[in-house]
Amino acid sequence: MPDTPTKTYDLLLRRRSTLIIAAVGAAVLGGGLTLVLWPWIKPLLSAQSTFSILLMVAGIGILLSAFAICTLAERKIAGFVQDRRGPNRVGFWGLFQPVADGLKFLLKEDFIPARADRPVFLLAPCIALVVSLLGFAIIPWAGEIHWPWMPAGHTVSTQVASINVGVLYLLATGSLSVYAVVLAGWASNNKYAHFGGLRATAQMLSYEVPLGLGLLCVLLACGTLRLEEIVQQQAASGVWNVFLHPLAFLLVLISTFAETNRTPFDLAEAEQELVGGFHTEYSSMKFAMFFIGEYTHMITASALMVALFFGGWAPLPFGGFLADSTAWGWALVKFGIYAGKVSLFIGFFMLIRWTIPRFRFDQLMRLAWKGLVPIGMAMVVGSGVLVALERERNVFWSLVVNVALLSAALGVARLSKQEITGRQANMPEIEVGPV
Amino acid sequence: MRDEDVLVLEEPKLSAAERMYLPQIMTGLRTTLRHMFNLRNRDAVVREYPEQKRELRLDNYRGVHRLNRDPDGRVACVACFMCSTACPADCIHIEAAESPWPDREKYPVKFDIDELRCIYCGMCEEACPVDAIELTPHFELVGTTRAEMIFDKEKLLNIYDQTKDLKPRKNPPITDYGLTGGQDREVARPNAHTTT
Ligand code: SF4
Ligand code: SF4
Repeated sequence: MPDTPTKTYDLLLRRRSTLIIAAVGAAVLGGGLTLVLWPWIKPLLSAQSTFSILLMVAGIGILLSAFAICTLAERKIAGFVQDRRGPNRVGFWGLFQPVADGLKFLLKEDFIPARADRPVFLLAPCIALVVSLLGFAIIPWAGEIHWPWMPAGHTVSTQVASINVGVLYLLATGSLSVYAVVLAGWASNNKYAHFGGLRATAQMLSYEVPLGLGLLCVLLACGTLRLEEIVQQQAASGVWNVFLHPLAFLLVLISTFAETNRTPFDLAEAEQELVGGFHTEYSSMKFAMFFIGEYTHMITASALMVALFFGGWAPLPFGGFLADSTAWGWALVKFGIYAGKVSLFIGFFMLIRWTIPRFRFDQLMRLAWKGLVPIGMAMVVGSGVLVALERERNVFWSLVVNVALLSAALGVARLSKQEITGRQANMPEIEVGPV
Repeated sequence: MRDEDVLVLEEPKLSAAERMYLPQIMTGLRTTLRHMFNLRNRDAVVREYPEQKRELRLDNYRGVHRLNRDPDGRVACVACFMCSTACPADCIHIEAAESPWPDREKYPVKFDIDELRCIYCGMCEEACPVDAIELTPHFELVGTTRAEMIFDKEKLLNIYDQTKDLKPRKNPPITDYGLTGGQDREVARPNAHTTT
């Protein structure tokens, strides 16, 4: 059979030089605009309120491009894990694939089922998107910045909002995202979507508890809810919290997987069982909004874990050196380190997706209520004791507590004969009748 | 089905470490990471499809159908309707007529296969008593309309002409029954691998 003719634009897109020209063009355009507008930008950078607004605008831009990169990365990683190459047709190495996907989303028919609950149906994707963007407000991307033209001692913070209930705010907005799933499932007037919504409710409610318990351990030890202070503490002491609270980190990590609806906890979507779960009836940009919401949630959750457990922008051995520096050049370095850690986390999320199969629903519930919650409670008590004895920043004692808890959990698991996974004792016997 | 055909599998007992999930997940991660960074393996396995084509799997691939010709160049089919009866997708439509040749009673005047409905199960090939219908290893089956994808006798015979050198007809001289006495075929028993 004849070879497929390759179109000229296709050839053009797939050349490496096209990519380089596009990148250089964008850089020149951005740089030029900044230079021309500099007199107006300068005062905006020096006041915290206007700087926050700038951060917000920039943040949404960065987020949406991060989302685009994530979709490509997900497919690439999926390909690599399965010994494939992933998308490599649009642009050099497939780098323009997100653009093609975006165009496809925009041009698709935007369909609303006739019997759907229209206002709620429209509201759900908006909630998904907005709620996942909210969390970004308190991520301390690069600590404090001192611009060269500012009076000495003055700094602006690279957080959109520095609020004193920081982590609680993140928890609150994060758990709001369940509304998007539930409302989408309900409004679609579709049984698959409905089941997806129901599953999501139960799952998210259950995993809020271990998530909260895990965070509580860290917060007890840190004595503050402000993310920037937690990061600063880790940078100053040079010890990341993950070395102090490995079990708490594990708990938070697992719950985060469940909260962001990622495999192995993606029961709300479950393509094999529920078609598409809660987004079965969504198409076009409304589907894309769910998609963006999911990835943004993932990025926020990774950023939270990095801030809490992996020292935010603090690299391991020389955290203290960066902690005191507020020059804007160093802020860029800090941001780079932070973003690098976050992308490692996102890569981990994606790798896990292709590693572990989905849980069955009863396993999921049992894991939360019989596995994670008891360990979490014991851990909170352990951290409390450490704090009372003023040993909370001592790696040795923290590890002793963690190891003791882990072995206790293993022992209980061994003695109790209660299976966390697998067949439960209270299930009816399998009967094999005459066939 | 008899009682001894039923296999009752016990769920394997899990050790404490296995019930904690994490060690098993680590093992899984090792596997996925190994595949992810194994460039050589990927290069060996991947074919960039339209530019590079894979070797056709001559023995067992089930692609487009063909209607075989007998050694005289006539259509080998005897219009017995076995294939269309066996077809689970109901996509073979045959019109039979009295055969102009002395060695058989009927032959197909029309023989249409709807390649879009077909599920490429190969039942037709199994059912055919004279091995007139066969599935070829060709998988590049495209068209722009539905009507175009209903392959008629001419088209199917054409495919035979194109592919007969690549994969000859399975049992060539079978049309004159009795002369060859048929040939044995290796047919696996159902469940051959499970029964003990
Ligand atoms: S391959 Fe199967 S579905 Fe296709 S025509 Fe033959 S019997 Fe029918
Ligand atoms: S192709 Fe074979 S099975 Fe089908 S009608 Fe012809 S002879 Fe019979």
